[in-house]
Amino acid sequence: MAFDKKILLEPVSEANPITIQILGICSALAVTSRLKTAVVMGVSVIVVVALSNVVISLIRERIPSKVRIIIEMTVIATLVILVDQFLKAYAFQLSKQLSVFVGLIITNCIVLGRLEAFAMSNPPLPSFLDGVGNGVGYALVLAVVGFFRELLGSGSLWGHRIIPEPFYLAGYADNGLMVLAPGAFIILSLIIWLQRTMTGYRED
Amino acid sequence: MIGKIFNALKPHFEEGGRMRAAWPIYDALLTFFYRLPRPTTGGAHIRDAYDLKRMMMTVVIALVPCAFFGMYNLGHQHFLSQGLTPEFLPSMIEGLKVLAPLYAVTYAVGLSIELAFAIVRKHEMSEGFFVTGMLIPLIMPPTIPLWQLALATAFAVVLGKEVFGGTGMNIFNPALVARAFIFFAYPKSLSGHDVWTLTSGAPVDAFTMATPLAVAHEAAAGAMGHLADKGYGLWKLFIGLHPGCIGETSEAAILLGASILIATGVGSWRIIFSVFAGGAAAVFLFNALAPSPASIMALPLQYHLTMGSFAFGAVFMATDPVSAASTNGGKYVYGFCIGVLIILVRVLNPAYEEGTMLAILCMNVFAPLIDYTSLRIHMRRRRFRAKAG
Repeated sequence: MAFDKKILLEPVSEANPITIQILGICSALAVTSRLKTAVVMGVSVIVVVALSNVVISLIRERIPSKVRIIIEMTVIATLVILVDQFLKAYAFQLSKQLSVFVGLIITNCIVLGRLEAFAMSNPPLPSFLDGVGNGVGYALVLAVVGFFRELLGSGSLWGHRIIPEPFYLAGYADNGLMVLAPGAFIILSLIIWLQRTMTGYRED
Repeated sequence: MIGKIFNALKPHFEEGGRMRAAWPIYDALLTFFYRLPRPTTGGAHIRDAYDLKRMMMTVVIALVPCAFFGMYNLGHQHFLSQGLTPEFLPSMIEGLKVLAPLYAVTYAVGLSIELAFAIVRKHEMSEGFFVTGMLIPLIMPPTIPLWQLALATAFAVVLGKEVFGGTGMNIFNPALVARAFIFFAYPKSLSGHDVWTLTSGAPVDAFTMATPLAVAHEAAAGAMGHLADKGYGLWKLFIGLHPGCIGETSEAAILLGASILIATGVGSWRIIFSVFAGGAAAVFLFNALAPSPASIMALPLQYHLTMGSFAFGAVFMATDPVSAASTNGGKYVYGFCIGVLIILVRVLNPAYEEGTMLAILCMNVFAPLIDYTSLRIHMRRRRFRAKAG
């Protein structure tokens, strides 16, 4: 099959796993209070979805359909552990901040969903593109949520102070709601609202 | 005269006119002066020329005593904190200086957002914000920064009301959403002892900054005695010359508002009554269980009802017809649960002194379920009676 741009780009916007399919919300709430953790989480998911898609697609004709979920889970779990070990080795502080949430990528419905819906019935290259597309779609939303939550909730971005000290002296205060999980819900719902108003998308 | 102006201006605002986008403003002003020029479409069931606008205005009028008392109390506390004798007129002026900007910001932000939504969605501007805007400054402390008030108002109108479809469709009471926003986003503006009084410079030693509820909570040897030490007698609590949110301190003014609401039938007496009943039941239970007379659990009912925002919430917040239960049986359950929850939070939660806002928001969520159950019970009873007869 030739390189198909649609497979890569559709999940970034029109079929975005978070804003349209409402998958992976849990981790989108948990790790987005800082931009840095949100981005690292997004990249980890891109790696896991893309690679597990490729692996499953390569062996898709040899997997007995009765035990396919177990095999898929094994592949995902292996990749997640690899990512987790990598983070522990090269970015220990970050990995501590992300705590269990990297490990919980295993339970992220986007990963298993793409394996079932796409990789099981498509050759490796399109599967890889589909995985990258979905991962990027997920990471993008996470980054946007993380951007606003860190900026409004802590007045900083990527750990650097953005809002200058005179603002605080003049009476400005950080928005505590943004640090709490409801803040993520609110930002996420505003993104979904904006996207659906612009595209005219309606749930059936 | 006014009618002529409106008629002359009308073509500009109709479909195809130059100012089509501003139709909601025209419509709102027109109905403000005149009754609706459009005939009702669909089935009409007329009892009275009673519409949303008149209902809303009744609530606004009922709130006026609280607003004026709040204004006076604001100035009164301000002068007391400076060690000066509070005179009536300067206190009123001082209060007006605080309250007027609060109202200006609330209405400017709220109405412009409502207008924007009315234009985009092409519907008339609704009157809903009159009451919400009247309520919001009254449930804020006098020291609330204006920008936080503006943000909270915007949050309440957009996420508390417009996302659900506008006036009449909201799940939560929008004014309480505004307060909850500040409560969670800027907790410093709504907690501690310093926010409840408008001071300029350090207050004099003799002045108590703490609200009566805070005093009752910090009491180690008997909440009642401690309240009396700080000068919070029952009569003073009832009249309301003490620090607190602007509109909530005076139970006397609230009682006046409540009588207007009940007399006109705008506020449900069932809800008001059952909030008090629920509160009383919870207080009696805690009084019986109190380990020692010093504990806050032993505080008698009359103090609970006159402190904090219990009465204000019961009369003006719980009765909001949109977010409350609407079946008659449901109203009793809804109100009773609110009363119980307020006292529960007050007595058992050491982190929050006051539970009115959270109790009402919590029961707002359950209101549809209460109505559903109440209807089912009613239907079953009817069926049973039909069989028996």
